[in-house]
Amino acid sequence: MTSQTKMKGAQAIVASLEAEGCDILFGFPGGVVIPLYDALYDAVKLRHILVRHEQGAVHAADGYARATGKVGVCLATSGPGATNLITGIANAYLDSIPLVAITGQVRADLIGTDAFQEADVTGITLPIVKHSYLVQDAAEIPRIIHEAFHIASTGRPGPVVIDVPVTALLGELTYKAPDSLNLAGYKPTVKGHVKQIRAAARAILEAERPVLYVGGGVISAGAADELHAVAELVQAPVTTTLMGLGAFDERLPLSLGMLGMHGTVPANYAVHECDVLVGIGVRFDDRVTGKLSAFAPQARTIIHIDVDPAEIGKNVEPSIPIVGDARHVLAALLDELRSSTVTPGRTAAWLARIAAWQDEFKLRYEPPTGEGLLAPQFVIEEIERVTAGDAVIVTDVGQHQMWSTLYFKYRFPRQWISSGGLGTMGFGLPAALGAKLGRPDKTVIDVSGDGGFQMTMQELATAVNYDIPVVVCILNNGYLGMVRQWQDLFWNKRYSQTCIAVQPDFVMLAEAFGAKGLRVTEPGQVGAALREAIDSGRPTVIDFKTSPEENVFPMVPAGQSITELIGGKAPRKARGAKS
Amino acid sequence: MKHTLSVLVENKPGVLTRVAGLFARRGFNIQSLAVGASEDPNLSRMTIVIDGAEHPIDQVTKQLHKLINVVKIRDLDPQSLVASELMLIKVAAEGEKRTDVLQIAEIFKAKIVDVERRSLVLRAVGATDKLEALLEMLQPIGVLEVTRTGIIALGRGRG
Repeated sequence: MTSQTKMKGAQAIVASLEAEGCDILFGFPGGVVIPLYDALYDAVKLRHILVRHEQGAVHAADGYARATGKVGVCLATSGPGATNLITGIANAYLDSIPLVAITGQVRADLIGTDAFQEADVTGITLPIVKHSYLVQDAAEIPRIIHEAFHIASTGRPGPVVIDVPVTALLGELTYKAPDSLNLAGYKPTVKGHVKQIRAAARAILEAERPVLYVGGGVISAGAADELHAVAELVQAPVTTTLMGLGAFDERLPLSLGMLGMHGTVPANYAVHECDVLVGIGVRFDDRVTGKLSAFAPQARTIIHIDVDPAEIGKNVEPSIPIVGDARHVLAALLDELRSSTVTPGRTAAWLARIAAWQDEFKLRYEPPTGEGLLAPQFVIEEIERVTAGDAVIVTDVGQHQMWSTLYFKYRFPRQWISSGGLGTMGFGLPAALGAKLGRPDKTVIDVSGDGGFQMTMQELATAVNYDIPVVVCILNNGYLGMVRQWQDLFWNKRYSQTCIAVQPDFVMLAEAFGAKGLRVTEPGQVGAALREAIDSGRPTVIDFKTSPEENVFPMVPAGQSITELIGGKAPRKARGAKS
Repeated sequence: MKHTLSVLVENKPGVLTRVAGLFARRGFNIQSLAVGASEDPNLSRMTIVIDGAEHPIDQVTKQLHKLINVVKIRDLDPQSLVASELMLIKVAAEGEKRTDVLQIAEIFKAKIVDVERRSLVLRAVGATDKLEALLEMLQPIGVLEVTRTGIIALGRGRG
């Protein structure tokens, strides 16, 4: 293409996406975006994946972004097409995932008239986007797409919505790839303050009981190597949030696993007793802290490193705040630490105390009592064994998600893909499709529940259509298990509307879609079924029949202190909780 | 403590909605908000007054900064700002009341901008407390309608 070409707005979208290095987008056509689909018909570099529901498109783009670190792109028509994206946009917003969502809009002259398939998309999405655009004129398209990719992927990443009236798709412009940005109000801080980093280094070196508390910011900044170097140098244990899983190899002795409501006992105890807490790319979410006033009560110093200044001091007031990109800040911190004297064995007593906890509070579960039932935890362990711990694990939301955090040791960044902040049931399958398309070299396993799977299972058609060989492992307990667990523990076992034992035959369902279906009821068959599914190279659903009333432990009831932990060893009686 | 924020925003459609929406969803109460043109045709200036005791001002400004269209925020030093508000007041003013109103207007340097047989409209400009005092004086006489612009403010000096 020459540097200046006359074209329609629709073609300019394709050209602009290609100029941003986008080679795949997920979408679903409709009336006002026909001009754009017409342009896609001629696209050479850009591949369009036709999903079966727009929610599938946005989750797939999200899964693709999480697996690759690139910007995920989805496309929907105006009105219902666009509103079907909303859940996925909110999901990406809460987990800080770089996403560009392009929506069609009615003709510019019809906006505001309640025209057919009109919805105020920029209005509806306002609280759940990093930024949004309503294109006024075709000529703006190259600039807006360039800005959108920049905003989505830099600073604290997030979703950007571009709403394009059909008149802009049809309008003519002279296309020229933008070579500069003019965003006066957007200049993310990348490098941390030198003095603050020095103060942080000093506090870490003086710590006797340090804990590094690590979140999704380390993954999105690509800071895993720097984190590892810092942890090893000062011999500080590392705990991650749900979003941070994979940032630190969980097989290492310094790994505490995940913290928070369903975190490991050693992780939660370590945070409770640490003298210096270093939060890196985290936001002190309520699922992590429990009761704020009782969080990390012995920490003399709280260091908070985050790229988003608004996160610092929002929930917890740090003694040493550092605004900056996790990779830059950790690299600078590492330099600072290396040029200082690290006292050998300073944290040895602390690590010994942690090792004792790790020994005392090993994760454990009872084998199921019923015939033909599996322990869900065992299925996760088998997934790790069969894939040699190298698979990308995508999950839905609920009990299976928490077992997936606990019973699989994550080793590398972007290995773990899960809906954290929003807790979106139905995320798993479409996100797994996006992840597999982004990482075709990896085995991609979607761990789901029977509830969440049924929310977006139509995307099996997409998997078969494009031959995307993901393995869906349904931990089928016939319940909306996480809600049932709360009803069990805090609501006198009144299982109001959580039994979903009336369900499709998932094997026949998979086959009806043209996918492979397997059912497993015996522990001895779990590994073989997984092997068969992976080796088949086909999209596969495995229906694992699991014990119906198994609960996720450990658990810190909502709004309570770590000391109120349930199920450190054997489940104890709960003391009541609120949401 | 009351904080007066002077916020430069890009002069683009929807920017006011973004700012107002942010305040609503984060639960920040706005005491006053005024928006209009600035020295740069591409930028508008918003003057936002909020109660700092109710919300940590730090969190308010940081959240505002996250809006892409927000270019610059200044938390104006209360010791060093000029602030002004415009108020129009329609007062019932018949018979001898009319003289009272005119006297009060004179004291507060308010202009009579409309005269009817049974009412007057006053235009007053000044600091919020001065306008409050004027309203208080007029209240017993009979205030029919009031409209106010909200405060606009600038820092003193070149800073």
